[in-house]
Amino acid sequence: MRTALRPHDWEAGSWRGATRPYDLIKELVVALIVVGLLTVALAAVFSSPDEAGVTLQRWARSAPNDFVATAASELDGSSGTAAYGPPYNHNGNGQSIGPLHIQRWIGVHIPVDPAGDYVISPLRTVRGDPGVAAALSTYTAASTSQRQAWASNFTTALSAAPDGDPAHVAAGDYGPVPTLTTGLLGLAQSGALDSQLVTPGSGFYQNDYTKPLLFLADGTYLSDLAQQHHLSGNQWGMMNETGNFPGQAWLWLYTFWYQVAPFNHSGNADALVWAIMLILSLGLVLVPFIPGVRSIPRLIPLHRLIWRSYYRGHPAPSASEADVPAVDRGSPSGPPTTS
Amino acid sequence: MSRSSWTGRLRDAAARELPPEKLLPDRQPAYVASWIYVFGVLTLAALAFIIVSGTLLALKGPGWWHGSAVGHFVNSLHLWSVELFFTFMVVHLWGKFFMASWRGRRALTWVTGAVTFLASVGTAFTGYIVQENFASQWIATQAKDGMNSVGIGAFWNVLNFGQMLLWHVTLLPAAVIALTGLHVLMVRVRGVAPPIGIDPATGEARTAMTGSAPTR
Repeated sequence: MRTALRPHDWEAGSWRGATRPYDLIKELVVALIVVGLLTVALAAVFSSPDEAGVTLQRWARSAPNDFVATAASELDGSSGTAAYGPPYNHNGNGQSIGPLHIQRWIGVHIPVDPAGDYVISPLRTVRGDPGVAAALSTYTAASTSQRQAWASNFTTALSAAPDGDPAHVAAGDYGPVPTLTTGLLGLAQSGALDSQLVTPGSGFYQNDYTKPLLFLADGTYLSDLAQQHHLSGNQWGMMNETGNFPGQAWLWLYTFWYQVAPFNHSGNADALVWAIMLILSLGLVLVPFIPGVRSIPRLIPLHRLIWRSYYRGHPAPSASEADVPAVDRGSPSGPPTTS
Repeated sequence: MSRSSWTGRLRDAAARELPPEKLLPDRQPAYVASWIYVFGVLTLAALAFIIVSGTLLALKGPGWWHGSAVGHFVNSLHLWSVELFFTFMVVHLWGKFFMASWRGRRALTWVTGAVTFLASVGTAFTGYIVQENFASQWIATQAKDGMNSVGIGAFWNVLNFGQMLLWHVTLLPAAVIALTGLHVLMVRVRGVAPPIGIDPATGEARTAMTGSAPTR
């Protein structure tokens, strides 16, 4: 069935001008050969980055002071995860976009109890260490406020100690917390903590690294390494990768917002940047329907460069008059034909 | 075949919209003579190499490429085909933007292309966080905050390796491949947009004197 075109759809008609031979299959084969050769050459010359991941064992051995400080912060509730809020716990509100508190509204879906999951539960698996067993008994028998006071005192003392060294903290009322954190350090240095923090999928198989990654990110060891690899947020980190590789260059616009005010110091930066990117992404998809944006190609005549050979033989009117749909100025030859 | 059945009508519609001369034409409008037209097919070629190298990685499992020279090379092929894919696709996208290629009932062609680009960004992102190395640890721990801030992270957990691996090797590639297929079909059905200001009915500049509406 043939239907009438609306006046502004005149560009939808079948092409009835000059044509040229065009072998699509040949074009695809040539493209496959060219891209194949290019890919193999780039892979052979530049290879790909593969910086080994950080284990909890490596962290505990390389930066024991940071590890102990992080463990103490999980106990006193001052770590990033402990104060995060949804979806991990109710200890914070999360970020918002003006009055939209989406993060809080969504709620807790991936429960994480930093003190219990990162310190107490792993230490319960330790056998043959009466000191740790006694410390656990003392800690669990104490009131919540008492636990909090011990842990906070120890965290404060650690921050005041030279290099944060637990061996050089001033005397204070820390209760069993130093024994607990030292016990956890030993557990991590042995390598046992790595597997204990992975959420068991079926009691044996493991594939969810939420808890160990959150714990790792609560310390400064991981971020210090990232800084050395130029991966921090203020170093356009999300789009970079280790080594001299292009990384996810297509995330440049997303990463860009984190480099400029107010996003580089806003507590709601992630939510605001995501909101902007969602709007811009929607705008990209809907370009043909957005007045003004869809006219940019007519105002910046790069198309004259692209089609220069065709325009040479078929001069087109200037942008100011060529591309205004006929219907906007009144169709000069009446209504569209039906055929 | 009965044309009264929905399957018969579907076949008729498919044959009408995509006859062989549209699906695999041996001629194109004379204006299809710019290097910018090459970037669409280059993107398709790069996607083919992504699929092949990704399939090889999948055949041997996620840990293969860390301890094997051959596996590492296949991973490098995967990485660089992705880099080429995005390079070609971005040039293709900007080219089509400045050609206003959505003109003439071709908006759906643009929309499917733009959605494919966004789906590709998501697919590549999940690839980076299932590498099982330092970069994946860092990217995942950083990205979680953005996901969580808008509520996505509660259901799409970038710290969950198993979930991200399945998205990366099944759901997202399937979406990208399906969207790419739809996009290419739209290009074949609607054809490539004529030069701005040129009337496809005549192949000449559209002026007040040639302003009659063409038929399809």
